[in-house]
Amino acid sequence: MNRRNFVKALTLSASIAAIGLPAGAHAADTIKVGILHSLSGTMAISETALKNVALMTIEEINAGGGVLGRKLEPVVVDPASNWPLFAERARQLLAQDKVAAVFGCWTSVSRKSVLPVFKELNGLLFYPVQYEGEELEKNVFYTGAAPNQQAIPAVEYLMSEEGGGAKRFVLLGTDYVYPRTTNKILRAFLKSKGVSDADILEDYTPFGHADYQTIIARIKQFAAEGKKTAVVSTINGDSNVPFYKELGNAGLKATDVPVVAFSVGEEELRGVDTKPLLGHLAAWNYFMSVDNPQNKAFIDKYRAWAKKNAVPNADTVVTNDPMEATYVGLHMWKQAVEKAGSTDVDKVIAAMGGQTFKAPSGFTLTMDATNHHLHKPVLIGEVRADGQFDVVWQTQQPIRAQPWSPFIEGNEGKQGL
Amino acid sequence: MFGPTKRQWCIAAALCVLMGLAALPARAALDPALVQGLGGDFNARVAAIDALGVAGGDEATALLDALEGGRLGTVDGRLVVIAPDGLRDAASGEALAADAGAATRITVNNRLRRAIGTARAALALSSAQPAQRLAAADTLRENASPALLPVLARALAAESDAAVREVLLYATAKLELSSPDPALRLKAAQALGASSDAAVKNLLAALLEKRGEGAAATWVEPDAEVRAAAAASMRAIDRRIGLAQTAGTLFSGLSLGSILLLAALGLAITYGVMGVINMAHGELLMVGAYATFVVQGVFRSHFPAYLDLYVLAAIPAAFLAAALVGIVMERLVLRHLYGRPLESLLATWGLSLVLIQAARVLFGPQNLELANPSWMSGGVELAGGVVLPYNRIVILGFAAFVLVLIWLMMQKTRLGMFVRAVTQNRPMAGCVGVPTARVDTLAFAIGSGVAGLGGLALSQIANVGPAMGTGYIVDAFMVVVLGGVGQLAGAVWAALGLGIVAKFLEGWAGAVVAKILVLVFIIAFIQKRPQGIFALKGRFADS
Repeated sequence: MNRRNFVKALTLSASIAAIGLPAGAHAADTIKVGILHSLSGTMAISETALKNVALMTIEEINAGGGVLGRKLEPVVVDPASNWPLFAERARQLLAQDKVAAVFGCWTSVSRKSVLPVFKELNGLLFYPVQYEGEELEKNVFYTGAAPNQQAIPAVEYLMSEEGGGAKRFVLLGTDYVYPRTTNKILRAFLKSKGVSDADILEDYTPFGHADYQTIIARIKQFAAEGKKTAVVSTINGDSNVPFYKELGNAGLKATDVPVVAFSVGEEELRGVDTKPLLGHLAAWNYFMSVDNPQNKAFIDKYRAWAKKNAVPNADTVVTNDPMEATYVGLHMWKQAVEKAGSTDVDKVIAAMGGQTFKAPSGFTLTMDATNHHLHKPVLIGEVRADGQFDVVWQTQQPIRAQPWSPFIEGNEGKQGL
Repeated sequence: MFGPTKRQWCIAAALCVLMGLAALPARAALDPALVQGLGGDFNARVAAIDALGVAGGDEATALLDALEGGRLGTVDGRLVVIAPDGLRDAASGEALAADAGAATRITVNNRLRRAIGTARAALALSSAQPAQRLAAADTLRENASPALLPVLARALAAESDAAVREVLLYATAKLELSSPDPALRLKAAQALGASSDAAVKNLLAALLEKRGEGAAATWVEPDAEVRAAAAASMRAIDRRIGLAQTAGTLFSGLSLGSILLLAALGLAITYGVMGVINMAHGELLMVGAYATFVVQGVFRSHFPAYLDLYVLAAIPAAFLAAALVGIVMERLVLRHLYGRPLESLLATWGLSLVLIQAARVLFGPQNLELANPSWMSGGVELAGGVVLPYNRIVILGFAAFVLVLIWLMMQKTRLGMFVRAVTQNRPMAGCVGVPTARVDTLAFAIGSGVAGLGGLALSQIANVGPAMGTGYIVDAFMVVVLGGVGQLAGAVWAALGLGIVAKFLEGWAGAVVAKILVLVFIIAFIQKRPQGIFALKGRFADS
């Protein structure tokens, strides 16, 4: 071994030691929690805020003494809106960082991509976004809405007299599993309500699509063929900005053809001039405009956190439904760990069922004992000029999720795990 | 739409009575019973709004304003206006002692908003300004309910402006289609032939349907003459709508083409003319868009009154920023790689990663908010509901402007002549005293600057983020290769052609399939004709 090699070897081992030591010292008194959200790429518009709110909640929990007397330590990774990368990062979190639980994913395709990893390594994933259902995994807790907690009530509202009495529907989405499955369920649901196939137009665009001229023209044409028409949008990610811009410019008003969106909330509308969008709808389980003490505290906490951590445009930050779901998920996980007295995945899963939490939506949410989904209220809101939503319809009570939609054949009898 | 239901006729009758009341000289306060309806359920609210529209007067307008602005609420079942200085009774206007926080705000939904729009239009029909009356008549043409027939008749009798009269006649005709008098229906069916509105076509089509089964079926419209008139009108409307839709598709094709062209023009210079395979071209677009964002920020904080003009100020900024980045790239990296396409491809790809990461570090990984200035929002409506958005029209014009600028630069200036000379025969140009190295730098800077202008245009339509350029690099190369390397004219034809083909395909097969078909078409085309649409001819073709 010559001198150069020796020096190299020395530096190398020194640096390994440097990495190894503090990590080893840390591991004993902290619990690691993984945060798996795209901070770049087409989904960053939606997912960055979820990472922020997760960090805020962890800080909040730590300020209250942590979990089981130990502080939480967030491990943030960026899967960059790249679905295979989600699986790679998930493996890194579980195998290398040994996190106790992972909070993450937005698109269903990313969730599907990480599922095998969580099953193989027996990890724990909290998924905070509304999705298409048709899935139930022991290793996943779904804190967003199932179709019967969002899509179906929204369409029912559009068909009601109050919602405009729509008779024809445009089902518009990004081309991947969530919109396709949701639209399959909706089509079956509409059929059961007597809407014929000729009165349903289904259309898809690729991720990141930016030119919505043809689609808007086609919607106009479809709407002009008589009967009241409504659009159900499952467009995801930053395509929503050009879509709503084009909608406003083309003069398609909510009073003529209302658009109800399932993946557009306060955060997505920040980049859009909402004045021409007045009255378009969104269906969620929480809106920032909901008026109750829990929500006020939640918003104030997030604003203060954003300011302290110099989030870009910190004075205009908003909260939205998946952020609320992340917040609820982290708190419920903490409660379950305390009940189980351990971060062991199987024990925590057993302790999760029946957990309750007073959520910012103003309702006390319960984790269902059998199906890993939350009982959630459904709220339908109309866009206001300031980018917030006015709640125009809501359920009186939280409703139980049906992950296996009764509108898809072969789902009878599949409900619990 | 639908014929008037029994309920609507009832309301109409009730309103006629109300109108009689409203016509009385004393109009000081609104009828409390009428106002109270606004606090009821949705049906009561809609009826009350309709009634307010018919009743007219400043108080009714003020009340509708309050309702639409979310300043109407209830306290213990009593309807109140929520003003900054406290609560006022909605009917009498008297101030109330209760605290503003005690009121429950009445939320407005789409159904109410539609009713308010119609009521407001009915009120505006008596405005002194013809322009306001025209706008009101236009709204009523879309949404009038039979309840408003008397209002329309009254307005028509008093109307002097020809344009407003025409719209009013049309609105009346639409409602009279369901009148019990066959002569009125015939007149209406004929008058509606001048429309280009698909909704009207449906109204007419409903007349031509049969009710009931088999032999017992009766026509919805019993009068044969009216049916014939309706059928003729429908054909006229169909023709007009068909034309408008083709024009609309053509426009969106041109618009997409102009965007492709702006994305590709810079590349047509750096790759097409200079022969540098610049994989960082997309990032030069991104630099232009980010420069626009910075200019917008400066306007927001320093000249908020002129915010609408930020796009104009961004033109030189975007050009210079991208040109500057181009000069640095050329001086530091590319000039050492001329004539080595593979190395320059790899080097520029590396540069593109550096630029993306730099944008992420400087501005954050999220997309930026760029607002369209107000003069670029909205659109001009062609017949048949086809709207040409202003931002796309402006960008089409901007693409033409940039194209002319480049053409002038290349053909009419000394620099352009040098660039052409150097690309045609570098040693000979050097021999006669052209500073070839400096010409390379300048040409690359101009190509980059034009890419910056493309970025500015894209920022008005698409998302602006660090990786936005990667989405356009493929399109840009596609246009340049298809058009023929070394040809600006080729790029223009290729961009517009691709845009129009893509839009017609999209209308036929959907966005996902259209994208695939376009790529397949280009692969097939390049197989057949590797030199592109336009090939260089003559002595320099092979150099």
